[in-house]
Amino acid sequence: MSIRVEHVSKSFSAYPALRDVSLTMNDREFVALLGPSGSGKTTLLRILAGLEAPESGSVWFGKRDVTGDKPASRGIGFVFQHYALFGHMTVAENIAFGLDVMRRSARPSKRDIAARVEQLLELVQLPGLGKRYPSQLSGGQRQRVALARALAREPRILLLDEPFGALDAKVRRELRVALRQIHDELGLTSIFVTHDQEEAFALADRVALLNQGRIEQFAAPAEMQSGPASAFVREFLD
Amino acid sequence: MTAAGLREPPAAKALLILAALAYVALMLLLPLGAVMYEALRKGWGLWHAAVTEPDALASIKLTLIVAAITVPLNTVFGIAAAWAIAKFDFPGKAALIALIELPFSVSPVVSGLVFVLLFGAQGWLGPWLDAHDIHIIFALPGLVLATVFVTFPFVARQLIPLMSAQGRADEEAALTLGASGWQTFWRVTLPNIRFGLLYGVLLCNARAMGEFGAVSVVSGHIRGQTNTMPLQVEALYNDYDFVAAFAVASLLALLALVTLALKSALEWRYRHELSAVH
Repeated sequence: MSIRVEHVSKSFSAYPALRDVSLTMNDREFVALLGPSGSGKTTLLRILAGLEAPESGSVWFGKRDVTGDKPASRGIGFVFQHYALFGHMTVAENIAFGLDVMRRSARPSKRDIAARVEQLLELVQLPGLGKRYPSQLSGGQRQRVALARALAREPRILLLDEPFGALDAKVRRELRVALRQIHDELGLTSIFVTHDQEEAFALADRVALLNQGRIEQFAAPAEMQSGPASAFVREFLD
Repeated sequence: MTAAGLREPPAAKALLILAALAYVALMLLLPLGAVMYEALRKGWGLWHAAVTEPDALASIKLTLIVAAITVPLNTVFGIAAAWAIAKFDFPGKAALIALIELPFSVSPVVSGLVFVLLFGAQGWLGPWLDAHDIHIIFALPGLVLATVFVTFPFVARQLIPLMSAQGRADEEAALTLGASGWQTFWRVTLPNIRFGLLYGVLLCNARAMGEFGAVSVVSGHIRGQTNTMPLQVEALYNDYDFVAAFAVASLLALLALVTLALKSALEWRYRHELSAVH
């Protein structure tokens, strides 16, 4: 699903986090929001999720204005940097959560939920781990569970906040490949936040480079490298 | 730091342990033992007679009623306050935290006097209450008010640091997964805080049953009617009825032990989950 951000501004207490940001992402595109800390990339992602409200501007998913919509009704999956798995629930219960909280009339049967959980565990390459607790898993496994949980309600849009930030280099690379595969396989539109240029360029179709609440450049990695739009972009890529 | 860096000479270690044990024995076990000893000095028969005497029974019943009203109230408001403080930013937050702590820094006697000043016969609302035949001071409502005031911080204080440390990520995850506010609270927030909450409730209950100062001021000390257990202990003691005083006191001490045992039992029962969460 395409995503359109129009003239979005947001400030926290005094300092502005986003200043008049506009960008359009295509259906099935994999986009990285890249930038130094404090550049507003996480704020932008949270506005897309509905976890923050913009002060001005609007957000469109396809032909739908979702600016005022709650996170629950946006049809998104969200993956947090530190997983945010529910520690008192098993892996299977975590993944089933999004289905369990649905209205009774819309909720799948217990058997269908269990089948869906198994299917999602296969998708993130953790078959058979449903009965474990998150504390019994490695960091990489936890993030895979978080990904499966975010996908349970079949969102069209996947939002990831520094999804590899807490992981070591080897696990990072494995998870990157897995994420890209899942993105392509399910036909998602995915947006992930990172401060790691190498990661953004390796994974994303297009990269939006943010600085002090503005988008410096939004382009494919090769294009950004061959034609940096500003002095900041040139310096950041060095 | 390595283990070698932490190693103490055996003599120093033994001395420290002995000193700690001696202190605990002197300050905690000796008084507790003395209460039990005095209560049972003249035998089980007299102890039993003392705790089943009508005024004693009335004080036990009153204490249980006060706790049964106070603890749920402070649990609900404690959770609400901690939730608001830990999960949201709003103006006046620091002031609210200070206000919650207030009952700890105010002498319980003053806490009691405040309610006499408000609701007593000579108090601000006294004439109006009197005209409508509503009894607060020297009656159950006064006892409950004073106890609520004194025990208010226990649950909230236990939960605020816990909920602040846990942050908002779990709740935000639940919201992005489609949960409503209530579902998020019951399925995510409450399970995350349940042990802290339980501990706060136990402490709140122990204090609610044991409170003396604030309750003493608003009670009026009418035996068989407005005397809670701690007040009954004092009344009996002032009557030189030491066996009866210590018998009732031994029940209060027992409550403390039960509280402790309950907490330990729950920690043991849920030890796997506890270690899983932390």
